[in-house]
Amino acid sequence: MAAPWASLRLVAPMWNGRIRGIHRLGGAVAPEGNQKKKRTILQFLTNYFYDVEALRDYLLQREMYKVHEKNRFRDKEWIRPDKYGHFSQEFWNFCEVPVEAVDASDCDINYEGLDNLLRLKELQSLSLQRCSHVDDWCLSRLYPLADSLQELSLAGCPRVSERGLACLHHLQNLRRLDISDLPAVSNPGLTQILVEEMLPNCKVVGVDWAEGLKSGPEEQPQDTASPVPA
Amino acid sequence: MAHTGRTVGRLGEGDWDGKVSEIKKKIKSILPGRSCDLLQDTSHLPPEHSDVVIVGGGVLGLSVAYWLKKLESRRGAIRVLVVERDHTYSQASTGLSVGGICQQFSLPENIQLSLFSASFLRNINEYLAVVDAPPLDLQFNPSGYLLLASEKDAAAMESNVKVQRQEGAKVSLMSPDQLRNKFPWINTEGVALASYGMEDEGWFDPWCLLQGLRRKVQSLGVLFCQGEVTRFLSSSQRMLTTDDKAVVLKRIHEVHVKMDRSLEYQPVECAIVINAAGAWSSQIAALAGIGEGPPGTLQGTKLPVEPRKRDVYVWHCPQGPGLETPLVADTSGAYFRREGLGSNYLGGRSPTEQEEPDPANLEVDHDFFQDKVWPHLALRVPAFETLKVQSAWAGYYDYNTFDQNGVVGPHPLVVNMYFATGFSGHGLQQAPGVGRAVAEMVLKGRFQTINLSPFLFTRFYLGEKIQENNII
Repeated sequence: MAAPWASLRLVAPMWNGRIRGIHRLGGAVAPEGNQKKKRTILQFLTNYFYDVEALRDYLLQREMYKVHEKNRFRDKEWIRPDKYGHFSQEFWNFCEVPVEAVDASDCDINYEGLDNLLRLKELQSLSLQRCSHVDDWCLSRLYPLADSLQELSLAGCPRVSERGLACLHHLQNLRRLDISDLPAVSNPGLTQILVEEMLPNCKVVGVDWAEGLKSGPEEQPQDTASPVPA
Repeated sequence: MAHTGRTVGRLGEGDWDGKVSEIKKKIKSILPGRSCDLLQDTSHLPPEHSDVVIVGGGVLGLSVAYWLKKLESRRGAIRVLVVERDHTYSQASTGLSVGGICQQFSLPENIQLSLFSASFLRNINEYLAVVDAPPLDLQFNPSGYLLLASEKDAAAMESNVKVQRQEGAKVSLMSPDQLRNKFPWINTEGVALASYGMEDEGWFDPWCLLQGLRRKVQSLGVLFCQGEVTRFLSSSQRMLTTDDKAVVLKRIHEVHVKMDRSLEYQPVECAIVINAAGAWSSQIAALAGIGEGPPGTLQGTKLPVEPRKRDVYVWHCPQGPGLETPLVADTSGAYFRREGLGSNYLGGRSPTEQEEPDPANLEVDHDFFQDKVWPHLALRVPAFETLKVQSAWAGYYDYNTFDQNGVVGPHPLVVNMYFATGFSGHGLQQAPGVGRAVAEMVLKGRFQTINLSPFLFTRFYLGEKIQENNII
């Protein structure tokens, strides 16, 4: 990122001119000549001049900074890696702070990776939505979180089946379980009923239990017409 | 000197005229207009030479074949031939198995074997991947095993769990109160302690594993043959032990494989024979001359593996235990597990020595369920008082009458026969580990990953029993 900034400083005098130029160009176009044309000119210039590209990045970063100023998380800012990809040292001050929620959606976490999550003894909410490597074996590892886990979401995991859901009965403190959109579950409606029976204190979300049930009256004439298979 | 046309000595042992007529016949058969008998179709026969011949194509035999090919020093280094008598596997223990895997054993070696097998099954699509073939779905249920112990077995169970935890198995001990809390459908009368496997335990589809192994092993270049081993030809060597006692060492150099429903056989020259014939291993051992000698000597020690019939019953019980049900093994020896989503269960019970059924055929004894299995199930799970048996089947255990544990490794006298049999009902779950151990023994000369030296054949002669207490 050093070079663009350098170039910006070098061409500082001309920069002002260009800004005015852009605005002039923008103003010169008739109002209905619309946003689209304004953006295309800027885009066109961005494609041709490194300096304009750097300028655009700078303006964008200014906007983002303003947004982040507004976002706080429990009266602390989000801790992010800096421009070199390193976390700041004050991250270590949070060693003792218990992690209460983990959102691992769309993550490539696998069986061995769960080692890291299972040590979080105060974890209350875990989201493993659309994780492509989470399967029945991984679900059998979740029992250490039984004391604290209250919310679990497995929506959209392609490898989770009803056999893995059977291991969730260890999680007796679970209050909300999301099992929507699990393609590997053979009978979603029946699975929903069985999981609800297994976890009486938990709200199981995501499947309509009437799914897969045939509507009675329309089917009957068909049944009497066709021969009963042996 | 006039040439009479008769040559003796270098040019032939027989008469010249006979040879000429033979040559004339061959030339005539090559010419068009005659049927050509020179090259006969031998595609159904096994090859004439093979480095390793594996007798038995079940899960243990295929596992040995797989690891031999995985661990060989360079690709195509050894030729492996798997001889299986029945390619439909109608009586093979693998397909008829209940398919359970658990680490709750008393011997550390058994625990390590099961732990390795669990990780093998978990990563099965990395081990058994074949180009352009769909991935395997083992239908693994990670629901665990629940073993119940009465007062007199509670102490043994505690020490077993200690050993299991030392080896890395995740097993938890539960009191009757905790048991009732967790599984309200259990009647804890007579139960003093229970051990529950939390991870890496459950049941899976053994057919899927078998077909996956077969597919992979064929893609690695292992040859298959449907036939029966009828004879071993071996050469003997007289040697002296360090105590100056004479001992006869045998080496099998040829295996006769008889084709199905025919008298035709193929002699296969081989270097190593693996006995993975399951319930019929003792017949194969007898063919090699193991056990022919005065009793009490090493020559006279037979392979103590015999077929034992076990029945499995499938029943339907609408109010039965829910989705969380593990494979429950009762104090009486009866066991059951869920099958599928529809309130179906399957289970059975190992009969006592007096009750042992005749292993001549695989017919199910339904009276056994009525009299000896159902009462125990109904006592343990009151909901099972009303159940309806849907179907049943029977299969063989390759039962080791000596100590109910497997036999692995070479025979001390027939030096190139290796055993991989006798696992008495837990062969399926230990097959990946055992296959690797036998392959290491064959290729490297010693066990490298899991030390199975307590399972060698010599223990039968020396009388060193390694008793496994947790047999279901």
